[in-house]
Amino acid sequence: MGRLSVALCGIELDNPVIPASGTFGYGWEFAELYDINILGSFSFKGTTREPRFGNPTPRIADCTAGMLNAVGLQNPGVDRVIDTELPKLAKCFQKPVMANVSGFSLEDYAYTCARLDKEPQVGWLEVNVSCPNVHGGGMSFGTDPAAAAGVVRAVKAVTTKPVIIKLTPNVTDIVAVAKACEQAGADGVSLINTLLGMRIDLKTRKPILANTMGGFSGPAVFPVALRMVWQVSHAVEIPVVGMGGVSSAEDVLEMLMAGATAVEVGAANLVDPFACRNIIQSLPETMDRYGIERIRDIISENRR
Amino acid sequence: MKDSIFTVHRQRALTDSVMELQLRGDCSAITCPGQFVNLRLEGLYLRRPISVCNLDGELLTLVYKIVGKGTVQLSQMQPGQTLPVLTGLGNGYDTALAGERPLLIGGGVGVPPLYLLARTLRAEGKTVQVILGFNTASECFYAEEFQALGCELRITTVDGSAGTKGFVTAALPEAYSHVYTCGPEPMLRAVYKSIQTGGSFSFEKRMGCGFGACMGCSCKTVTGGYKRICKEGPVLQKEEILWED
Repeated sequence: MGRLSVALCGIELDNPVIPASGTFGYGWEFAELYDINILGSFSFKGTTREPRFGNPTPRIADCTAGMLNAVGLQNPGVDRVIDTELPKLAKCFQKPVMANVSGFSLEDYAYTCARLDKEPQVGWLEVNVSCPNVHGGGMSFGTDPAAAAGVVRAVKAVTTKPVIIKLTPNVTDIVAVAKACEQAGADGVSLINTLLGMRIDLKTRKPILANTMGGFSGPAVFPVALRMVWQVSHAVEIPVVGMGGVSSAEDVLEMLMAGATAVEVGAANLVDPFACRNIIQSLPETMDRYGIERIRDIISENRR
Repeated sequence: MKDSIFTVHRQRALTDSVMELQLRGDCSAITCPGQFVNLRLEGLYLRRPISVCNLDGELLTLVYKIVGKGTVQLSQMQPGQTLPVLTGLGNGYDTALAGERPLLIGGGVGVPPLYLLARTLRAEGKTVQVILGFNTASECFYAEEFQALGCELRITTVDGSAGTKGFVTAALPEAYSHVYTCGPEPMLRAVYKSIQTGGSFSFEKRMGCGFGACMGCSCKTVTGGYKRICKEGPVLQKEEILWED
């Protein structure tokens, strides 16, 4: 094991840096820029049972130290991902990939995860529970501990791969949702998804996003994300993947010190396509500066 | 695509709100007219995409309209200042489609990318016809520049204060082999309905990344698929365009 290596749900990563879902496509397009095998892993574009075009445009708004997105889970559907995207990825990425899955019903989640469970490239299933439950009045699965636990059970029943539940921060008590997922058998949790926000165009006096509201991410959310990672990692035993505004090697170390086992990088990839490469390259010197010999040593220090 | 540091060479106002900015840097990733660059400005989170107007070795010319925080800040940059720029973004105009008498139609701040296209087509020996449309005479720019390339130029203004009164479609010539256009969407729709030949249309959308990662600027096409304006676009061919209402 190298100086930067960590183990996430029993799978070793060369380093803890993972591009977050929705900011790295299905990976292969970034392979034109640099060898993406330097990444710990990456979480591919949120994939659903059926193809989705997503929301109308504008889908993006700039903010102070961050951005809003309301892409609406545009993706080609799980069948196309398996037939087309994963074979392209296999040519340029030889490590286990994190399969990010979304659904609008328990059946959707189970179907998509069962399909991806058969793919040898998939190391983990990262299950996004921030989508509305169409059979539950449209409320997000992730805002209710019982509903989130229901997703965990539905997915665990169809896969032997580690299941990581991606939690929404738009709740009163994220710890309660994390605990419910752990009790239902989740192998890990990742957090935070984006914070619900909006912007208004002063000239048109209308919301900038066609969807009115969208998810806020970027450096501005980092302290909020770090606080939630700390709270959750002190309340559960399963590994926590920290994300939210991570943009530098220092941010990665802070997330690990808060209790995260690995770290996802999202919005930073959209401003700088080399963000993850640069973070990984500067980790050793940053660790030297703070007297950190092995990165995995700092993870457990602050966990109970 | 290349990420590198550019230096402001010079900047001047073309009209009350349109600026011409010349940057010096590595332009090797720019492969055809109609592509764009994405500028990172101090203190702003997302980059600002701007189309390439002209290219001469290391000298990159951008013409943009001051509309918001980013372009205000850009307009205040002084010679010698530097900024990170992603170059070589997007799928630009294909000059192989031009035929012998291509027609270039630009509206307002959609005019700039047509300049490098006109220059390229003239260098390929084509007879280049150009229609530039503006609201009013005081908003016109780049007429002399297109004339200096040897283009057959027609100006239209909505209020008739310069050239032909009306929209760009009021000045369509009788014969042309292919249309290349860029401008506000209502103009693109009008051009789409008016032309008799194939056409290459350049679109503008709010973008997140500018290089295909975020799916922020997707549009549907007639084939039932989608294209990203930043990656497969900004130039789409007439037959694939699906107008959304």
